This record gives sequence, structure tokens and C-alpha cells, in this order.
Amino acid sequence: MIQNVSAAWFVVTRLARDRSALIGLVLIALLVLAAVLAPVLATHPDDVFELHPSERLKEPSGAHWLGTDRMGADVYSRLLFGARITILIGVIAVGASLALGVPIGLVAGYHHGWASDLLMRVSDIFLAVPQVVLAIAIAQTLGPSLPNVILALSVTYWPWFARVVYAETRALQKEVFVESTTALGASPWRLTVLHVLPNIASPIIVRASIGMGFTILTAAALGFLGLGPPPPTPEWGRTIAESREFLPDAWWYAAAPGVAIFLTVMGFNLLGDGLRDVLDPRLRRSAARDG
Amino acid sequence: MSAPAAPLLELVDLARHFPVRSAFGRRVGWLRAVDGVSLQVRPGETLGLVGESGCGKSTLGKTVMGIYPPTAGEIRFAGREIGRLPRRARRAVAKDLQYVYQDPGASLDPRWKIGPSLHEPLRIHTRLTRTERDREVGAILAAVGLPDAHLDLYPHELSGGQQRRVGLARILTLRPRLVILDEPTSGLDVSVQASVLKLFRSLQETFALTYVFISHDLAVVRAMCAGIAVMYLGKIVECGPTTRVFEAPRHPYTQSLLAAVPRIGGRRVTADFALEGEPPNPRDIPSGCRFRTRCPLAQARCTAEEPSLRPLDGRTVACHFA
Amino acid sequence: MAELLAVRGLRVDFATDRGPAQVLDGINLDIATGEVVGLVGESGCGKTTLARAILGILPEGAARIRGGEVRFQGTDLLRQDPATVNEHVRGRAITFIPQDPFTSFSPLFPIGTQIMDLMKWKSPRARNGAGPSSIFGRYPRERHRADREAVLDTLRAVQIPEPARALRRLPHEFSGGQRQRLMIAMALLPQPDLIIADEPTTALDVTIQAQILRLLRALVKERGVSVLFTTHDLGTAHEICDRVVVMYAGQEMEAAPTDAFFGRPAHPYTRQLLASVPGPDGEIREIRGEVPSLVTPPSGCRFHPRCDYATAECRDQRPAPRALASDHGVRCHHPVDAPAGAGA
Repeated sequence: MIQNVSAAWFVVTRLARDRSALIGLVLIALLVLAAVLAPVLATHPDDVFELHPSERLKEPSGAHWLGTDRMGADVYSRLLFGARITILIGVIAVGASLALGVPIGLVAGYHHGWASDLLMRVSDIFLAVPQVVLAIAIAQTLGPSLPNVILALSVTYWPWFARVVYAETRALQKEVFVESTTALGASPWRLTVLHVLPNIASPIIVRASIGMGFTILTAAALGFLGLGPPPPTPEWGRTIAESREFLPDAWWYAAAPGVAIFLTVMGFNLLGDGLRDVLDPRLRRSAARDG
Repeated sequence: MSAPAAPLLELVDLARHFPVRSAFGRRVGWLRAVDGVSLQVRPGETLGLVGESGCGKSTLGKTVMGIYPPTAGEIRFAGREIGRLPRRARRAVAKDLQYVYQDPGASLDPRWKIGPSLHEPLRIHTRLTRTERDREVGAILAAVGLPDAHLDLYPHELSGGQQRRVGLARILTLRPRLVILDEPTSGLDVSVQASVLKLFRSLQETFALTYVFISHDLAVVRAMCAGIAVMYLGKIVECGPTTRVFEAPRHPYTQSLLAAVPRIGGRRVTADFALEGEPPNPRDIPSGCRFRTRCPLAQARCTAEEPSLRPLDGRTVACHFA
Repeated sequence: MAELLAVRGLRVDFATDRGPAQVLDGINLDIATGEVVGLVGESGCGKTTLARAILGILPEGAARIRGGEVRFQGTDLLRQDPATVNEHVRGRAITFIPQDPFTSFSPLFPIGTQIMDLMKWKSPRARNGAGPSSIFGRYPRERHRADREAVLDTLRAVQIPEPARALRRLPHEFSGGQRQRLMIAMALLPQPDLIIADEPTTALDVTIQAQILRLLRALVKERGVSVLFTTHDLGTAHEICDRVVVMYAGQEMEAAPTDAFFGRPAHPYTRQLLASVPGPDGEIREIRGEVPSLVTPPSGCRFHPRCDYATAECRDQRPAPRALASDHGVRCHHPVDAPAGAGA
């Protein structure tokens, strides 16, 4: 446990040296903070449910920092609560993809036969399905809701993990320590769980971070199309959809969730890139860069 | 002289062939890496296995170890045939028969600390408690000359030499009876090589080990091994006590091999070096005697008939005209 | 014999995570015309860095030349215009045979193309001693023909069978030994004065190595080319070299003709190195201690922590070159006079 904490700290400090990764880290931290502390940070926490038609479409002011929407609700507060939904979707969808994709990748990578080929072809099939189209299909049959969005996203994102894990497992099999641990008498189970998995954790983590950005963007698109959680849930994509008819006058209505989505996705992408740089060449000695 | 002890390891006509496939996956031939090798290793002995690249010595080591299943022939370890055992039973043999890579440090998982890496073989093969394992590991660390403090370090925090010792220690925790050393000094500087060889010697004494020493470095083999087997293109061409083979090699290939080794002091050996050409492709082994394409003694009989190992002058040679 | 190359006081640092590593610490080296000089030493001693410094191919960002001179045919290469060095010296007057035959050719082009590319720029028949003025420059037809003849001749000299067909083949169709022969041919074609061979036989089998060493020595002696031959294998140095220089941790320790070097070594390191070669008696002798870090190297003579004869003087000051005989130089405060094998 201790070695994991110190390893994590090492990663964070190295990450901090890379400016763009640092920006990513800060953005994600802000997102999480906004989500967790939404009730505290929101100026009008009840506006998630309450309506104030008299206040509708007011400009940003001292009372309403980002203006109000068509129902008179405070845009800023709804934005904060929307962050919760965003994170929820991202975490669960990526988590489910991980839980499905990683074991499949491990099994396909370890075996060398028809089973492995079959698994990878199945993952190819799922990769070929466009996420949005599938989400529409699911929404049509099962109705638009938060769980259905998550379902659509998980079902189409797991192959990315399977692929990465498959490639890394195959590459790792050529490493001497894998062969030698087998020669020592280790069972395939022990090898895979205790040796292969920790060694391929880095690419998985990087993929997960980038996947979060990708998933959140797609979730926003689904919300925009009306396939996500129904109103009054302050989901960012849906908010943008609602704001359409009031543009360009009530610019704050679309700008706020738009910028929020942009910053969130960029944050995860920057973090993912930074992690990739930190986690892989960590053990490589490099000639010092010329100052 | 008392009756010789039963061999600890015995190979009978062992073969390992690899299929050669065309671009479409169809098998178009065989790479006969090991093509009928028979030898014996007695307990406590060190047998040197020499040859140049492509001779099959590494493949032989890996086949005996079980990394490759044998295509034909038998592997008898302590009297028991192990070449055809089912996987789980074969894994249990690892306790007594082990294999050291050219770079034993590379055999360590880079994400594991040294301590857990050393405990692992014991966890796989024994039911010792944590305390008992600690004791075993401590003893092995002392035997290879490393301090206890290293248990908390990662492999990359140790020097190359220390990693090598850890790699060896990991194998020794199982107290194997026979250890196959695959090119253990290849690429090492002479002074580092000296300390590694000394370590092997002391470990052999401490743990009563039997070694199969695979190497292309004849000087090292001469210093370390009492017996030597020379391989060429998958077969043994000469086998016997090291001093005898080195002083008076009988097989033409052995003669060329020994003549090619640069010697310090005296005449330049390369000035008279006569062996021409390169070894044939192992996918396309010449009929009859494999060495006939380069052999100065080759005659018609060599093309027709493959020589088998026969005793001559205190060792065995596979040549019609030795 | 005339002086061809003289390195004096060469100092090179490499940038590392832990600070500058003093890889070369004031090296002196002499190579005469027509001489094969062996540069022996263990890994990390700096022999490859020295070879690269002479050629001028040290990695720009990481390596820094702190001082010294590399005098080639009278001119200091370090202070000459880099463009001139590139055109007239590197690949022409001084050529290079690298260590790994398997990665020294581009896998995409037939070797004929690669060799003729070399001839386009570095042929001894090129006008003004240089190739075309730009990459779009012409390759005159007569010169091309003459060059091709020279290429085929040289391929025959290095014993490549059927040279004309060989030119059309790709590198992977040749074995390691054959590729080294090709590299030797390419090193000889510009008619250089000096060939730097960086461990050219380390990756080869011993019987192939014997063939290559014999070939290389015969060819350079025939053409009067000098060779700087780096190796960590003392036996190989004995085979091919006229003189041997031994390096340790960035300092050269002893330089002598081959017989004297192996028969009457004066430097304690040389003696210990020779003693650690496994002998037929089975006796194995190690050198106590470990190779030092070059970031914080030992002061004075860098071998002093491991030397049986070390005194305070050895720690305080690096020994100046001292001539024990006309061409047997040693840098040691306490050189050993007894012949080798008399017990350390």
C-alpha cells in the first residue's frame, strides 16, 4: 500500500513539471471540486428544481454570476450540479468499459489460438458501431435516461481497453522476466494477475484518462440530442440544446455549459498526455536537456 | 575407480524442430534446431556446451527446461522422464531443475521489490510460513553476497552486478539440483566475468549444484567445466573431458573452433586460420555429415552417411575420419 | 614512422541526470601511418567516446569537449571549420566500421544503392576531393563507371562471392560476417588514411571473427592504411594490432607495441587485466573493487582505489606520460618492472 502511495506521489510531482499536464490536472481538480462541493458553492442550490419564470433569461450580474436560463434558474448553480452528472457518467461508463475490456484483453493476449482471435474479432465488431447511433437505438427502445446513456457508452468503449491490453500483454510476453517466472513454475493465473497487470497498468491508466474526456464529450452530444437524462436534470449537453432557440441574445446560456464541456474534455486529454509521458519513460535515462 | 554415479540428467536423441512457414502460414519446412542430441550429466559435474550461433545450444537448454516441448527423444531427470509430462507436473519439476538467463537481472519483474521477488518461488512451490520464508531468503542473500537492505529496493535501484546476484538468488531459493546457465558471461568485461565465475563456483560448493554451462567462450568453458560437448548445427560432434578435448581435438570442427580463439602471447592464430565459409542455414541442413561443406577431410562417404558419436581416445567423436 | 593522428589532452564531458560525467580526462593518443593501434578497455572506459570524438560525431546536446586537440595530418580537427571536416575528413580521410553489423545498413535499399551513394560523395575520384555541391548535383557518368569498378574490385578483395549480383541484394540477405565484410569494403573505398573500427568483431562468432581479423589486417597492411581498433577482448587486440593502448575510466594508462604490452606490462591495471583472463589452469583472478562513477571520479590516477601499489601521490596527481622504452609509454607513479606472470 505504501509503495503505491509513494509511487502515486512520484507521478504527481513529475506531472507537475509538465506545464500542459499541470493545466489538465488543475482543470480536473476544479471539476471534481465543483461536483463535490456543488451544494456549498452554488449561489442558488434550489434552482435545480425550482422555477422562477419572472427571472428568465437575465444577463450575468452580481446576483446571478452566469445569468439565468429560460426557466429563470441560475445558470451557474445548475452548471455545478451538472458537473456531478458529468463525472458520474464518465466514471461509470469508463469503469464499466475497464471491467469488461481489460479481462477480455488479458485472455486474448495470453492465449495464442482461435479463442484469442475470436475475442479480438468480437471487439472489432463493437468498435465498428458508432456510439451515437447505438445510443439513439437504445434510447428509442428503452427510453432516454441516465442509465441508458451509460449503457450505450460502456458497450461501445470497452474494445479500446481490450485492444490496448491485448497489445501490451503480447508485447510483455516476450520479456525475459515473464518467461523466467513461467520457468520458475508460476501458473498462468499468477503471471497474469500479479505480473502482467501491474506492468501494463500505465497504458490502461492513460487510456482511461483520455477515455473520460471522450466519453464525456459523447455523453454531452447524447444529451444535446435529447437522449440523456430528462429535465429538470441540469445535464450540460441538454442545457446547450435548450439554449439554442435563445441564441445569440442569451449567449451566456449556451456559453457556460459549452465552455465547461470544453475545459473538462481538454483537461482529461492534457492529463492523459501528461500521464503517458510521465509513466512510460520514467525508467529511461536521458541526456539532460540543454538549458 | 568406483562405479560412476547414475546421471542426474540424461538426454536420449533429443530433438526440437521449429516449423518454417511461408507468408500464407503454410508450413514449408523445418528448422531443426536440435536434431538428435544424447548426453549425460552426473551429479556435481559441470558440463560445458559450446558452439557458435545457430548450433542449437540455447534451444537445447530451453527444451530441457521445458520452455519448448521436445519434438522427439527423451529427457530423463533423476531417472524420471520429464519431456512429456502434463503442464502441472512439469511445473513441479522446476523446483529441482532451473535455468539462468544470460542476464539474470532481466528475469526480475521491474515493478516488484526484491523481497517479494525472492519470496515468490517459495510461495509457488512450498507451504512455508512467512517467517520460514524470511529465513530462507536471508540465507540465500548471504550466500550470494548481498545485504538484507536490498530486499526493499527495486531492481532498477541496484547495479547490474547486484541485479545478477538477485536473479541467481531467486532461482537458488528453490535449492535446485541442476542449473542450466545460458551464456552467463556473454558481453561482460573480463574483470566482471571473473567475479561472476567465482560466484558460480562458490554457489556450486555451497548448494551442491550440477551445472550445464552453455557458452560460446571457449576460454571460460575451459576454466569452469570438467566436461565439454561441442555442438554444430543441432548435433554434438565431440564430447569428453575438457582437458583432453582442448589438448588434442579430434573432430575437424573442434579443431577449427579451437584454432580460431585469439590467444595472448605467441603467434597470431588468425594468420593461419583455414576454415572458410559460414555455417549452412539451419533450415537446409546438408545430408550426411553436416560439417562436410566446410570440412578439409570431406569425402564421398561424408555425403552419404551421417557419422554417429563413437568413442575415440578418451572421448566421443562423430566423424568418419577422425 | 610518421605521425598521422595525435590526440593531446582531450577532455570530454557528458551531461547526465546527476551532473556532468567526465568521460575523457586528458587523453593522449598517437597513431603513425600504416599502424594498427588497439584501444582496449572495459565498458565505460571511454574508448568509444574517444573514437567518436576523433570522428567528430559526439552527440551534440549531451557531449561537450572541454579541451585538448585532435591533430590529424598536422591540423587540429576540433578547431577546423566543421563543413571542411565533414567533406574532406569524415568518410574520406577517416572512415568508420561500426560494431553492430545488423543495424549498420538501411534495410530498405539494396547495398549497391547504398555503396554507390557513398561513392557519389566520398569517392577518391571526385573533383576537388569533394562530391557534388548539393544533393541535386550530378554524378558524372565516367566517374560512376570508374567507381563501380572500384566497388566490384573491393568486394572481391573482401571475399564477397559474385559481387555484381551481391550489389542488387538487400542487407538482410547477408549474414553478420558478410555484412562486416561489406562495411570493411565501404571503409576502404574512399581510400582513407585512417580507419576507426569500433569493436567490429564483438557481435560475430569466433570462427567468423578469425576470418574477418585476418582479412582486415591483410587489407590494411597491403594499402598502408592505419587502423584504430577498439575492443574489450584482449585476445583480439593481440591478433590484429601492432600497438595497444589501454584505457581505464577515461584515462589512458599504458601504450606499447603488442609484444611488450602483453609480455612486459608495466601498469598495475594492465597486469591485473591480463591476469583476470581465464587461464587454462582454471584459476580465476578478479580485480577487487568496482568501476568508479564518472560523475564523481577518483582524483589523480583513477585506478588508485583498486591498485595494490597506490600511494598518496597517486591520489593527488595524475601521472604524466613516462617513456619506459622508445615506444612503450605508461602513466603511473609506480610502474612495475618485472615481466608478466611473475606474481602480482
